[in-house]
Amino acid sequence: MTGFGALLARDLRLVWRRPGDVMVVLAFFVVATVLFPLGIGPETNLLARIAAGILWCAALFAALLSLERLFAADYEDGALDLLLLAPWPLELAALAKCLAHWIVTGLPLALLAPLMGLLFGLSGDGLLAVGLTLLVGTPALSLIGGLAAALTLGARRGGALLALLALPLCVPTLIFGAGAVEVVAIGEGFLTHLAILGALALLSLATLPWAIAAALRQAGE
Amino acid sequence: MASLHVLANPARFRRFSQRVLPALSVATALALAVGLWLALVESPPDYQQGETVRIMFLHVPSAWLSMMGYALLAALGASLLVWRHPLAALMARAAAPVGAVFAAVCLLTGALWGRPMWGTYWVWDARLTSMLLLFFLYLGHIALSRAYDDSERGDRAAAILALVGVINLPVIKFSVDWWNTLHQPASVMKLGGPSIDPSILTPLLVMALALLLLFVVLVLLRTETEIDRRRLEAAEMAL
Repeated sequence: MTGFGALLARDLRLVWRRPGDVMVVLAFFVVATVLFPLGIGPETNLLARIAAGILWCAALFAALLSLERLFAADYEDGALDLLLLAPWPLELAALAKCLAHWIVTGLPLALLAPLMGLLFGLSGDGLLAVGLTLLVGTPALSLIGGLAAALTLGARRGGALLALLALPLCVPTLIFGAGAVEVVAIGEGFLTHLAILGALALLSLATLPWAIAAALRQAGE
Repeated sequence: MASLHVLANPARFRRFSQRVLPALSVATALALAVGLWLALVESPPDYQQGETVRIMFLHVPSAWLSMMGYALLAALGASLLVWRHPLAALMARAAAPVGAVFAAVCLLTGALWGRPMWGTYWVWDARLTSMLLLFFLYLGHIALSRAYDDSERGDRAAAILALVGVINLPVIKFSVDWWNTLHQPASVMKLGGPSIDPSILTPLLVMALALLLLFVVLVLLRTETEIDRRRLEAAEMAL
């Protein structure tokens, strides 16, 4: 467990010392969401109706954008080889890396998205739903993206390939995340959606660290 | 299982497949000829769908085979990761594009059928959407297995992806069903009636058999090619 904490603290410290990396991702999220009204038109009713889908898709893209470097630096400078040799499970290392990614992207995105929702004219409950679903759903995105990042280590066309691998697997999370905000718009509760998002996140948590570790092992061979 | 392990040796598999391929190819051609004749000439036009029902004889087996193909990829991926079967990697590499083409055929014939029947090439129906996502999973598998200079790394990465994908497929299917019924519960389409008449069912099953044979023949042929390609690579390295 000490290794888990040490790796998590190291990754967070790395981000803390170069906050620009995270800021760029959040800036991308803001700019991408702002582009949609410009492309679609300023009609308030339409924007409020599609806000959830736009915010969720933009958050998904922003999370993917930052995932490409998740293991790449460790792969290039040899830190990954040390993690492979470490006396504690590689699965925990994979989990620590994904948790660090979630803390610096998923969490800020969940806080930022309701603010962007204001620009789309979402109701108070809608804003709450956007924030909560992102909070519960983004861990799954970090884990799925982490797997795609581990699988594409050292591959040609890594970034585009990562998106191609991760996006179909992210579909369930996207559907229930954006769906929650839609049911709020009809005036129903979104607890069911939130529970299913939580289930998806837990399913990812229970299976994907092993897959990520397997991918990292074959990358290190 | 022991007999399958024997075939894990690529050279032995190659001898086996060269022995069975001619007979299988002839059987495929015969089954396709009979199936197409039954489907295009012999079977009656549907009382509602008219002649367009004949598209189904290609469409439905393609859907079955594309799903079977992904299950095959996952099984091959498991045997590569667990037993390190050298053949499993080559066969997965050979089978993925074939499965992807069947998924594409299913989508395209579905679109061609949908235009006269539903009045549109595409609707965001749950079934259509999950087939499209299956096609994307195939594309990811193909792209990943060919993304490395060291092809063995690509094989193993794609094997992990196939296993994760096959676990995810039911979840994707379930969520797409939910998503669709949430939006437009009235437009859940059903293909065919509650029961299928034998005059339609027989050609459908014959076509399914013919396309299954075609799938097997294509995969065996392409696996042989992959074996040859690996040998050439090895020979070039030795020079």
